[in-house]
This record gives sequence, structure tokens and C-alpha cells, in this order.
Amino acid sequence: MALAREDSSPLFAGSVAGTLRLIFYLALAMVLMVLDHRNGWMWRARYAAAVAVEPVYRLAGLPADGVRALGVAFADRQRLTEQNQRLREDLLLANAKLNRMAAVAEQNERLKELLATQHSLGLNVQLARVIGVDLGAGRHRLMINLGARDGVKPGQPVIDARGLLGQVVEVLPTTAVLMLVTDPNHAVPVTVERTGLRTIAYGARDGDQLSLPTVPMAADVQAGDRLLTSGLGGRFPPGFPVGTVTAVGPAANGLFLEARARPSADINRSDDVLLLHDQAEPAGPPAPAASAGPPAGLAPAPAPGQPAAPAAGAAAGAAR
Amino acid sequence: MNRHRLNLLWFVATLAAALLLMLVPLPQPLEPFKPYWPALVLLYWSLESAERVGLGLAFTVGLAGDLLDGVLLGEQALRLTALVFIALRFRSRLRFFPMWQQTLAVLALLLNDRILLTVVRVFAGEALPPPSWWLSPFVGAALWPFLFLLFDDLRVRLRIP
Repeated sequence: MALAREDSSPLFAGSVAGTLRLIFYLALAMVLMVLDHRNGWMWRARYAAAVAVEPVYRLAGLPADGVRALGVAFADRQRLTEQNQRLREDLLLANAKLNRMAAVAEQNERLKELLATQHSLGLNVQLARVIGVDLGAGRHRLMINLGARDGVKPGQPVIDARGLLGQVVEVLPTTAVLMLVTDPNHAVPVTVERTGLRTIAYGARDGDQLSLPTVPMAADVQAGDRLLTSGLGGRFPPGFPVGTVTAVGPAANGLFLEARARPSADINRSDDVLLLHDQAEPAGPPAPAASAGPPAGLAPAPAPGQPAAPAAGAAAGAAR
Repeated sequence: MNRHRLNLLWFVATLAAALLLMLVPLPQPLEPFKPYWPALVLLYWSLESAERVGLGLAFTVGLAGDLLDGVLLGEQALRLTALVFIALRFRSRLRFFPMWQQTLAVLALLLNDRILLTVVRVFAGEALPPPSWWLSPFVGAALWPFLFLLFDDLRVRLRIP
């Protein structure tokens, strides 16, 4: 090559060797990418390197924290007073609503006890702070300051004051990564509050929106309808706001309507989020019934060496 | 000896700072303007002291970036290796370009890097990014003269050879 003549650096004395090294490294990178894409090594590697990686996240989160603190320090008094006033009003309103709901909730609880369901209206939550770290351009991910040591598990739903934010996807010892509902790889089963129609909301491929691509043609869905989690699938508990429908139109394949929705949660501005601890009850098919046979009273006594646990378990399953 | 160690320390510190800067978030509207810092710093070092920058180093820095960024192991390693290879190949020309030509060359390198990234992401099954995606290389190229002069100035002040 003509360039080799000019190159005096010892590294590239032979340009063939250089090219070979390039090919070697590129091939190595590609092998790594394919392996990682297939079985997600990255997180095992990151978990192992957590001792070194996590302080870096805290360090990188410092500027965002600093800006937040400066914002509070230099915010003028009037704005703070206004904000305080608004929060007070919100609290008053929320408390009033809560008081009215308390009686209903109590009644609901009693009725549900009568029906012997496990479902409760109480929330078992854990407050987490968002660490301001940029996890790549256009990524619908957030990092929070709780991790495996605080009992966070992958799959836990995360909400903020307005609605469903997403779920935990990856956990490091003291930090965790959330996938937001707006991620194209995320789907959540929802119901339309007004009509009870069940469908699935995916993250839209463009921008911070939700997309409902499989609404039946005849379904009654309008802009302004609120979407709630339906609790189907067992991942998200039912009844949390997910979004508001902004537009409905025919889907690209012509078989369905496609609705677009704006997420209820404050996707871009959440500083504090809540991790839900009680996972929704698994809503699958009921446990298989105990094998038909004589009633327990008439059954032959279990063998002496064998505990009666399996039978008891089956009976409990059937009772549920 | 001491001078040499200081030199190495400064070199490593700039690379670490670049990785850290990559993680620091910008306010939402400014997000697409964020330059790819590790590429800029590696470019500077591969032009200024090529004996220390090789493909292995670029690969290692890229892997470290991938571990921090948590996207796809090997993605940044691939991009930075390709970038440093091109920069080293044309080093003797790039070094003696006037600043504006050098800036244009850096722009081309960064655009090439973005194209590589887009290809990788599309292969991984992601959607094509929005148009604002292509702003970052221009910001990086616009910052290049300042970064170059700043680093040169610092090197003179710290008396690092």
C-alpha cells in the first residue's frame, strides 16, 4: 500500500500485521456481541465486577444530584412557597379522598375475607431514588439505588405517584436497572377503564409513548380513555394507571385498530419511585385437582415412613 | 522515572474521565447533543502518542465502556477498535492537517462510528433511531479543536513529554 511508506511508527511497520490484528479484534468483538445477545452474559459479568462498577455509577450520578441540590438552593422563595402550597392542597385532597375510601376499603377487605381471596388493597412498597446515569442514547432504562442486598428481585413492578413506571430487569448488589413501559421490548396487560376491554400495551418504537396494536375493530376505544393494569399474566397487580389513550387508528395490517397512549407515570422526571413488593397472585389455570380417589377419611393410612405432606398440599390446592 | 509515571497517570486519568463523562446524564432536551467522549479522547491520544495507543487498548477501553453502559458486550469495543485503526492508519497525515481539516476528518470518523453503531443495533433487532441521533458526531467534531488545544496546553503546563 502507498500509505505503508509514510508510516514510520513501529506499530504499523507491517501494515498486513496491523490489518490482521484489526480483523482479530473485530472478530472477537463480534463473537462477544453474539454470545451476549444470545444468553445475556453482560449481567453476569457486571454482577461479578459490581465492586468496581457501582462506585462509578454513584460518581457519575453526582452531577445530576448536584444540579438538583443547586436547583433547591437557588430556587426563589416564591416558587418554593407556591410549590409548598400546591403540595399541601394535594395532600389535603388526597387525605380527604383516603378518608372517604377507608370505610369502603374496610368493607371491601371484609367481603374479600369472606370470599377467601388473598388480594389486599394495602401496598407493600419500598422507596427508591433514581440515580442520574445515562445508560446509552434512546434507552428506556433507569437506574435506582436499591439492589439485591435490599431484597430487589428482577420482575418487580415499579410505580411512581401517577402510575406504572416499569419493572426491574437487572439487579446488581446495591443498584438495579428498570425497564420503562415505553421500551419497545416491554409489554403490559391492560384494561380500558371505561369499557373493561382487555388488551396489551407495548412501548412505542418512536418516542416516549405506548402502543396498543391489537385492539379489535369493533371495540369501543376513544382518545381520553384511561388504561389500567389488568393483572393478567401475574406480573403486575391489577388497577394501576398505565396511560391515557391519545389517538386511535387502523393498524398497519388492517386487521386491528391501533391505539396510541401517553404513559401516566412521569417517565422523564421521576426522582423517587416505589418498588412493589407483593407480586401479583399468579393468575394462571387453577392447580390441578387431587387425583380422584376415595375421600381422605376413607383413604388407607399412609405408609409409616412417608409423611402425609403431599396429600395435605393437594388438599390445600383444591381448597384454593 | 517520576516524569514517566506522571505521564502514564495523566493518560489513564483522561481515559477514565472520558468513560465517566459518557455516563453523566444531560438534561432531557440536550440528550442528543452529547458527544461520544471516549472516541474523542482515544483519537487525541492516537494522534499525539501513537506508541501508547494500540488496537488492544482501544478494545479494552471499549469493553470497559460496555460493562459500564450495560448495553451489549463488545459493541463499543468494536466501534473504538475500528476508529483507532483508521486514525492510526492515517496518523501521519492527520497530524499535519490544519485544524479545520483535522476537524472535518474527526467528523468523518465519528459519523462512521455512528453508522457502525446503527448497523449493530439494527442487527440486534432494534428500531431505526430518530433523526436527532445523527447530531452527536457534529457536536463531537465541533468540540474537537477545543479539546485538542486544551489537552496540548495541559501537557505543556504539566511538562509531560
